[in-house]
Amino acid sequence: MKITKEEVEYVAHLARLEFTETEKVRLTTQLNDILMYMDKLNRVNTTGVEPMSHAIALINAFRQDVVWESLDHELSMANAPETKGQSFKVPKIID
Amino acid sequence: MEYEPVIGLEVHAQLLTASKIFCGCSTEFGAIPNSHTCPVCLGMPGVLPVLNKKVVEYALKMALATHCTINETSNFARKNYFYPDLPKGYQISQYAQPLAEHGKVEIEVNGGKKVIGITRIHMEEDAGKLIHDEYNPASYVDLNRAGVPLIEIVSEPDIRSAEEAGAYLKRLHEILVYMEICDGNMEEGSFRCDANISLRPKWETAFGTRTELKNMNSFRNIQRALEYEIKRQRYVLENGGSVAQETRLWDDAQGVTNPMRGKEEAHDYRYFPDPDLVSLTVDELWLEEIKRSLPELPLKKRERFVRDYQIPAYDAGVLTSSRALADYFEAVAKLSGKPKAASNWVMVDILKFLNDDKREIKDCPILPESLAQLITLIDAGAISGKMAKDVIVEMYETGKSPKAIIEEKGMVQIADEETLKKVISSVIGANPQQLSQFLAGKDKLFGYFVGQVMKATQGKANPQLVNELLKKMLAET
Amino acid sequence: MKLNELTIHELQDKLRRIEVSAVDIVSSVFDRIDAVEGKVHAYIALMKEEAYEQAARADEDIKQGHIKELTGIPIALKDILCTKGFRTTCASHVLHNYIPPYDATVIEKLKQAGAVFTGKTNMDEFAMGSSTETSYFGVTKNPWALERIPGGSSGGSAAAVAADECIASIGSDTGGSIRQPAALCGVVGMKPTYGRVSRFGLIAFASSLDQLGPFTKDVEDCAIMMNVMAGYDPKDSTSVPMDVPDYRSFIDRGIDAWTVGIPKEYFIEGIDAEVMTAMQETIKLVEKAGARCVEISLPHTDYCVAVYYIIAPAEASSNLARYDGVKYGYRSSKCRDLLEMYKKTRSEGFGAEVKRRIMIGTYALSSGYYDAYYKKASQVRALIKRDFDQAFTKCDVILAPTTPTPAFKIGEKTDNPLQMYLSDIFTISTNLAGIPGVSVPCGFAGKGLPIGAQFLAGHFEEGKLIQIASVLEKTAHLKSRRPNL
Repeated sequence: MKITKEEVEYVAHLARLEFTETEKVRLTTQLNDILMYMDKLNRVNTTGVEPMSHAIALINAFRQDVVWESLDHELSMANAPETKGQSFKVPKIID
Repeated sequence: MEYEPVIGLEVHAQLLTASKIFCGCSTEFGAIPNSHTCPVCLGMPGVLPVLNKKVVEYALKMALATHCTINETSNFARKNYFYPDLPKGYQISQYAQPLAEHGKVEIEVNGGKKVIGITRIHMEEDAGKLIHDEYNPASYVDLNRAGVPLIEIVSEPDIRSAEEAGAYLKRLHEILVYMEICDGNMEEGSFRCDANISLRPKWETAFGTRTELKNMNSFRNIQRALEYEIKRQRYVLENGGSVAQETRLWDDAQGVTNPMRGKEEAHDYRYFPDPDLVSLTVDELWLEEIKRSLPELPLKKRERFVRDYQIPAYDAGVLTSSRALADYFEAVAKLSGKPKAASNWVMVDILKFLNDDKREIKDCPILPESLAQLITLIDAGAISGKMAKDVIVEMYETGKSPKAIIEEKGMVQIADEETLKKVISSVIGANPQQLSQFLAGKDKLFGYFVGQVMKATQGKANPQLVNELLKKMLAET
Repeated sequence: MKLNELTIHELQDKLRRIEVSAVDIVSSVFDRIDAVEGKVHAYIALMKEEAYEQAARADEDIKQGHIKELTGIPIALKDILCTKGFRTTCASHVLHNYIPPYDATVIEKLKQAGAVFTGKTNMDEFAMGSSTETSYFGVTKNPWALERIPGGSSGGSAAAVAADECIASIGSDTGGSIRQPAALCGVVGMKPTYGRVSRFGLIAFASSLDQLGPFTKDVEDCAIMMNVMAGYDPKDSTSVPMDVPDYRSFIDRGIDAWTVGIPKEYFIEGIDAEVMTAMQETIKLVEKAGARCVEISLPHTDYCVAVYYIIAPAEASSNLARYDGVKYGYRSSKCRDLLEMYKKTRSEGFGAEVKRRIMIGTYALSSGYYDAYYKKASQVRALIKRDFDQAFTKCDVILAPTTPTPAFKIGEKTDNPLQMYLSDIFTISTNLAGIPGVSVPCGFAGKGLPIGAQFLAGHFEEGKLIQIASVLEKTAHLKSRRPNL
């Protein structure tokens, strides 16, 4: 087993997703298949190979420190599921 | 058992750029909620960040000022976690390759000097602001601050007391403000600090279990929180307990630290290189340019003031407490050629005026040229020190030059012997009773005669000359 | 031929000669949509009103003598491109009501070129899929065989062009999402070099792999679309500040004395026999045109799918964290506190495939697994790119099949994610290396299903792709075949 149901639960929590018991079992099997397939990468010798995080290696893309006009307040909030006054509203936070 | 605290500090300083780190929205504080936002800093689908060059320049300044090694190539990474003030669900920060590493700052504690190591300085974006509703089960999100540029300055665990922590923070604060890359305003959150603290037996080299302290928003609170935490951890250890690794919040009202409520989230931030941003390369040429733009830093300036102007270390410390004040003092010292007098007038009079009016040196109505002129006039004997005290008040109130004030009020000192002699003889002549008493040995009356002369000249007589002539003329009577 | 069946350059000639109006063209397109959209379901939303307005404006411009590259040309947009004031869903429940306050850079460019927008096309949810079956808005059918998938993720854009429901369309390609549906729907589809076309306003799936590109009815139209779309954008840090050639100038230049690389790793067991035959025919045509075909090797090909299905989900897990129910989009109504809001919103808002990939990506980046998965995959990615660098020292372009099989049946692979992932086997490496690729029709399978050939070139060599693709198009004589709807 590459990944256990407990690990699936932990990863789901990290990703803020929830699954039913049936989904969890199914997902565990599917992820195991996929991760097993990934194992083939271990056959590649990557000693000293610099990881490639970008398709094209560019450097130093900047903008100047110039203030632009912000979005109209109404447009900033237009898509929000819930607002109060000028702010986005969210349910209470339980630490 | 004797315990030694081991403290490391993480400082977040907001950089004084006009626009945010990855978009052109204003960084201005206090605007109506969500008015300084755009698709980029709201984290709308499809948007991309573009790095503000000035953020890099400011971060480089701090890195050079703290003697860091600048990494030729550095990269941005995503720190992934969910919180409503984090619109993208990740914070763009630097992780594996920060901008700068291995720096140091020198602090002074109890008259001794100590070096505190800096692990790293990196750039990142600030989160928004969350306001919790006191009456309803809800919170409100304002994303004006989301994307405001920050540098995080992480110290080595070199700090051994709350006092050292305070000295270190004040030094960082001073450098940042001096270079005008951070306004240093702790109330508005422009300068924030978290602390990691553990205790270990004095002889031990391994670190003990540490706690992380948060929610301290002034130098005083940071010191108080650390002092409390040292006491608390010592108590735990001395009673055979063990310190729990946890985050604790400073409660200012109670003067204690409390563990953060509830279950602590496992820190699994899943950092990885941000594919939307390209590598940052700092070449020699750019670095030289930044070096040239660095101002003289406070510590250097302080030493130079003591050496070149022969002023006490304490005075040098006060005068270099801000760059503007130091510049003001130096201008007066240079223009007048009297650094000691310049130091006295600035420290005593100017600072008092400003302090009473809660003004900044940049708003001081007395220009350095005027103060230098005043010092020159005193030195030339044109006015007395006493007169000068009145003149400077007038200068502060009206912004006029000392010469103008003196002329307007006819305040020029009488230093002409013949004129004074005439005044003295008329004073002697007008006070026969006092004269005979004086001659009979009542020496104290000398002062009475001085006073009469000063009164007759409306205080304009040169006091030294009055003394001299009066002595001579009374003796001749 | 009806107007909606013509190419951009044919229509532009007619517009220039004032034989037809832009309104005529848009009418013929919407007539076609009315007739076949019920069968194909290429679109999530139509922009009919806007299209007629744009067409009327185009006619005004033409009257004034202002005719630009795309004046009056009806173009369909994958619903992954942000359109100011028009709902953009990424085919997801989580964005079912999202109205962007800004236009993607490519949308701005198309508008400036005078294009007419027909609507937003269907796709796999967040571009995660190879069949357009994961859309929240239903399945798109292959116009050549309605019981089959059109490919994905840009299946709607490919089907719309194939069914003549637009003249050209825009798609995005993260692991083959333009080339694979282009091949399966019998149209031309190009994925440009990473950084050639701005990603600003393209809703991110995997940022280091995503690239926008065109679907067209022929290669010349592909060049015309690329002329409009390509170019540096200061709003995209990864866009490349480089001049863009006139891609149209590469048409009909011939490929005399070219060397075409045939990667042995792409001609393997498991490839459909008819695809193999079509490829052999293509090689012959290319050689007949004066090129020399040589066998080359891309030794790390076998690892592409594994690398891709770590890197793309890892980036996606982070890119999709913003769909949290706070600022826009769907929010679950069943939440009592913040944690519940996050979990219910995201679980109800995302479909199964998206959730599966978020899970893979989150796992690959999580504490203790980063080195074994994300880092390892990024290292192998560097080796894959190195394979291509070395190959292009030996050949001008590479020729390979776009897909191992023609279009498969709807539902055939939905229960087996790994099998679905393996259908991307020939297109993924291009994205990993950041190189450009184009898929061109090269034959038909016995059931009348289109087969595509794929040309790949070095970074910023889209011109070469257009050059060889136009040769194949002229010699293969497949352009006139149309699906029977």
